Amino acid sequence: MSAPTKELLVVEDLRKWFPVRRSLADVLAGRERRYVRAVDGVSFTVVCSEVFCLVGESGCGKTTTGRLIVRALRPTSGKMLYRVSEEVLDALRALHVRLEGDSFVDLAGRFRGKADKLLRREVQMILQDPYGSLNPRQTIRDILEEPLIIHGIGGSRDERLELVVKALKDVKLTPPEEFLDRYPHQLSGGQRQRVNIARALLLKPKLIVADEPVSMLDVSIRAEILQLMLELRDVKNLTYVFITHDLAVANNICDRIAVMYLGKIVELGPATEVIRNPLHPYTKALIAAIPEPDPRKGRAIKEVPIKGEVPNAVNVPPGCRLHPRCPYAEERCRREEPELKDVGGGHLVACHLY
Amino acid sequence: MTLLEVKDLHVHYRTLKGVVRAVEGVTFELGRGEALGIGGESGCGKSTLAFALMKLIPPPGRIVKGKVILDGKDLTGLPEDVLRKEVRWKEVSMVFQGAMNALCPVFTIGDQLAGPLMYHWGMSRREALERAAEALEMVGLHSDMLRRYPHELSGGQKQRVVIAMAILLNPKLIIADEPTTALDVIVQAQIMNLFKKLKKELSSSLVFITHDLSLIADIADKVAIMYGGKLVEFGPAEEVFIEPKHPYTHLLLSSIPRIDRRTKLTWIPGTPPDLRNPPPGCRFWPRCPHAMDICKKEEPPMVELGRGHRVLCHLYA
Ligand SMILES: Nc1ncnc2c1ncn2[C@@H]1O[C@H](COP(=O)(O)OP(=O)(O)OP(=O)(O)O)[C@@H](O)[C@H]1O
Ligand SMILES: Nc1ncnc2c1ncn2[C@@H]1O[C@H](COP(=O)(O)OP(=O)(O)O)[C@@H](O)[C@H]1O
Ligand SMILES: [Mg+2]
Ligand SMILES: [Mg+2]
Repeated sequence: MSAPTKELLVVEDLRKWFPVRRSLADVLAGRERRYVRAVDGVSFTVVCSEVFCLVGESGCGKTTTGRLIVRALRPTSGKMLYRVSEEVLDALRALHVRLEGDSFVDLAGRFRGKADKLLRREVQMILQDPYGSLNPRQTIRDILEEPLIIHGIGGSRDERLELVVKALKDVKLTPPEEFLDRYPHQLSGGQRQRVNIARALLLKPKLIVADEPVSMLDVSIRAEILQLMLELRDVKNLTYVFITHDLAVANNICDRIAVMYLGKIVELGPATEVIRNPLHPYTKALIAAIPEPDPRKGRAIKEVPIKGEVPNAVNVPPGCRLHPRCPYAEERCRREEPELKDVGGGHLVACHLY
Repeated sequence: MTLLEVKDLHVHYRTLKGVVRAVEGVTFELGRGEALGIGGESGCGKSTLAFALMKLIPPPGRIVKGKVILDGKDLTGLPEDVLRKEVRWKEVSMVFQGAMNALCPVFTIGDQLAGPLMYHWGMSRREALERAAEALEMVGLHSDMLRRYPHELSGGQKQRVVIAMAILLNPKLIIADEPTTALDVIVQAQIMNLFKKLKKELSSSLVFITHDLSLIADIADKVAIMYGGKLVEFGPAEEVFIEPKHPYTHLLLSSIPRIDRRTKLTWIPGTPPDLRNPPPGCRFWPRCPHAMDICKKEEPPMVELGRGHRVLCHLYA
């Protein structure tokens, strides 16, 4: 068992800029190439066996951050130091992979062949869309067998079947025989999301990036999937980077929360701290905007302190990114970008007010 | 005073694989200036019910039984041309689910708002644009928007435009089907504020449909909870939220993750019924923790609890 404060992933000043396609007119006029600054200097540390949450409105860079971590995208700059598990460490050493410290690799680097596959097994992603992420023409058995074949796990078809059956049991799709030959459209949204989780687990990952895993599901069944994910964390000693736009979900399952706005983290800390005692004006607005299922609290016009909507990530405002919408903005906020500073107890905030 | 009365409404979709009983025996009433929230899981028939209130059910759907009485007129008996000329948009209008993403990309907002006013109601172009500008102002947009194209608008602005369309002719009843589902939480709060303002200023009635019960608590005077095509609970918002009677309502409310406390999460095991082939008896019994023998055999009666609170459940019979 790992100690509770052992870092598993250390992300440092991570950036991903997507070039905006220029029209011929732009090129002829010599206009500069412009970028979508999807992730723009993000730093955080994920500790072993915690649920680390990235929250924020759509377009703030959550998914891009997640895809960078699972190496579906290559960063523009920055580091992602990942603590490799004991088993894989020896194999990587034998392959002469460059290590950082004695047990980290930088996931921002390039890896080839066997090393690449080993690292992909360690870090897996669960996608938001339980409908689009499963091939409709494959049976559940084929869907789950595929990663085993790709990674050469399980020598024979029988051995693989055994692993697939076990994975179905792990995600409580029982009895497994009933699901093996079904197609995705014969499953409910919740069951499909279980298949997605089973697929990620088959490779025995250590870190799972879960991108809005319940937001397409009915509220009535969300908790069932969340509870399953928490149980699997304990049984399989997993760590989650949990991406959500829903602070109430984050409040109920996360250990720590990082709030993102326009490609940056604006506040980070223990979940209870960030929710009970939000410091950043943006976090405060996010919390104030959440409706509650109590008619005694509602009905009146609700004051939402942040004006307007999130600007396009191509035109990031100078200084503090929130300043055009922030009720507290001062001269300094327009010029100087605030840094993420610790205000005590591991609670960090990027705001000139603090 | 009652504006809308729905009586024993049944809507079916006839498909190759059987009849989908999307709305079955729904009865409720709504007063003038009141807001009704309709909630329930995906596929329980909320949108179908909304379409039926406009008598605009997409094929192969059909009202097979029941009445929709709006301001004394039974819409189910009116011919299509009367509905088109005299009822839809004038008396009752709708913000369709996903409408903000269905704005036509090649026409300006002005064209899309003023067009129907000109062709349907014979206004001159100037009159129509003036009315459009007024409606935009009502929803908090500047009349500059008239010249813009949908792709130049943010999500929240597009949603405001679709709401402006619904209020162009000052209808007595506005139906909004999941009007904030695609929006971020801050923009959602802004749009909820807009609905609250419109409800007050236009004194229209509102039918607000959402899977998010918190939004219903935020705006509705009356609440209707649907399950598997049936209305299982109906009543004043305070009663339904604070003392839910149907086991389904109760479980649905407790599965909402809260921001004000950290709780052990609960859920409703199982899945909603297949509306082609619903279980006998109560449609909820396979998922109900209180299911009794009778629930598996007999359809529950609608039980009146007083103060307009009704519940479709054997526990109270
Ligand atoms: N055009 C159609 N043809 C056949 N069946 C349909 C059609 N439209 C809807 N249905 C079925 O009718 C039932 C009710 O659908 P409806 O769209 O009214 O649900 P809803 O409560 O609005 O769901 P959501 O929350 O997902 O919008 C579902 O079982 C659905 O599959
Ligand atoms: N492949 C891509 N090419 C160009 N822009 C992208 C790409 N992926 C994401 N973006 C942009 O990057 C920003 C952040 O997106 P994303 O990470 O998906 O945000 P979130 O998951 O928080 O909604 C958005 O402005 C989005 O449009
Ligand atoms: Mg995303
Ligand atoms: Mg619907």
